[in-house]
Amino acid sequence: MANPRTFQIQEISAHPGPVPGRGTRREDQVCKYIDVTTCIGCKACEVACVEWNDHPFRETTFNDTYQTMPTTEWNYYNLIKFAEDERDGNLMWLLRKDQCMHCEDPGCLRACPADGAIIKYENGIVDFQQENCIGCGYCISGCPFDIPKFHPNTKKVYKCTLCSDRVGQGLEPACVKACPTGCLKFGTKSDMVQIAGLRAKQLREVSGFADAGVYDPQSIGGTHVVYVLHDIKQPERYGLPATPVIPPSYTYWKWLAKPIGLWMGILGVVAIFFHRVSFGPRLPQPEVPPPLPRQPDTVEAKRKETP
Amino acid sequence: MSTVERFDERARREADRVGETIVHRGELLRHPVYTRVLHWSVAIFFVLSLLSGFAIYSPWLYRWLTPLFGGGPWTRALHPWFGLLFTLFFFFQFLNWFAPMAWTQADRRWLKNIKEYSTHQHRVEPEDVGFFNGGQKIYFWAIVVSAVFFLITGLLMWFDHVVPRWVVAVSYVVHDIAALVMLAGFIIHIYEGTSHQPGTLHSMIDGTVTDRWAWTHHPGWYRAVTGRDAREDYERAKEEQNRAR
Repeated sequence: MANPRTFQIQEISAHPGPVPGRGTRREDQVCKYIDVTTCIGCKACEVACVEWNDHPFRETTFNDTYQTMPTTEWNYYNLIKFAEDERDGNLMWLLRKDQCMHCEDPGCLRACPADGAIIKYENGIVDFQQENCIGCGYCISGCPFDIPKFHPNTKKVYKCTLCSDRVGQGLEPACVKACPTGCLKFGTKSDMVQIAGLRAKQLREVSGFADAGVYDPQSIGGTHVVYVLHDIKQPERYGLPATPVIPPSYTYWKWLAKPIGLWMGILGVVAIFFHRVSFGPRLPQPEVPPPLPRQPDTVEAKRKETP
Repeated sequence: MSTVERFDERARREADRVGETIVHRGELLRHPVYTRVLHWSVAIFFVLSLLSGFAIYSPWLYRWLTPLFGGGPWTRALHPWFGLLFTLFFFFQFLNWFAPMAWTQADRRWLKNIKEYSTHQHRVEPEDVGFFNGGQKIYFWAIVVSAVFFLITGLLMWFDHVVPRWVVAVSYVVHDIAALVMLAGFIIHIYEGTSHQPGTLHSMIDGTVTDRWAWTHHPGWYRAVTGRDAREDYERAKEEQNRAR
């Protein structure tokens, strides 16, 4: 099947004017925009997520909040966090839709030891391939946002796919489709960052949130989910890490120290092989002499005869 | 402590009653049945742990080693159990061996002369080398320390949902370092036990060694079990051989 991208005409002989259609294709990078300031906590996104992914019903834990359950789960990729915060002596209810951030530099993917269990598409979506997952759980410790969740029965790990199945068909993710306030948007990364920047500027200049800003942490190369926050200086109040990091054990150790360790093992085997060749065995002493040859070596004798 | 020793003694006695070690003339009993069974139990689970662990250790080994265990998920599922059984059997081997593995002045001297040892400067070992030499003791204690780290970090990674994220990330590195230390020792151990010192593998399979092997590699132990001087017996054997020639 012809790929429309590779078969976009680049040059045309003797053609006056520009190549038709050139430069009209948008960038590949996708992004979800979440404006926490206009979220009303209706949980339509949660329901849409469960429905689209055909997840079984899940019992919840009541912990004195409006939050559906304490954390995201293997069959609950999308959860609005209800944080009760205080600002200038007033209660502030911080509603943040929590899900996979689809990091540009994904810690889960870095940590994963199973070939092909986690992939990242050119469009930025990080997707788990459960058929290749071995259930070791390293991705869970590699994630700065505590998103991947282990399913004890299948022994596989699951998380938000950014509806890669819908996006692949040109649709927006199910949560975005369901959102009634427009606090969720989906589009290219540059568009979403620009809209988020405009909204943050509006919050700063019109709504009196002097510290409003866009959460797109550069410590992991940015994310394919961006937040507009009332207070970008304290993302911890929303349960977001200020500078999310991947443990160095999944970066430097895995791709530098581990190959060095392997090469040292190989060198060790080579070294003992050549030690054996150079020094021979340590035989019990005194060595028993080999039996004397009973007849002359005829082959060797013949060889000496011919010049 | 006394109950542990009693258990140990009883296990040794039982193993000797069930199994047997045939010692021919000109041979010495080196490893009783109990030690041999433990050694090979440890060895089997060590190799299984090593192979299944190295499958997960490196992306370059994953596709080579996981098929041995029935694929990635099975490798992941079995590895902790292999490790636990290795630790269990090695714990008994530790009880069995920690006394003869105690570090002495002789081992310090042995270690000083490791260059002469590895380049075969002397035909027979110094007379103070006992049942185990310094190198064997270093390997033993390296396994003890590594096994402790293996067990602790392994359990932390196994029950990763109850410990913080950074603990798992650190455990992962410590577990790997312990594995590399063990691998280095293992390579040398296999070499010394087979190709480099003929007769040594036999001692761990059938339990016996020849007199010659004993006075060559462990003269101190030879004197302790025979009551004769290793060097004198070696010289006598040499003379006898020269006369026969």
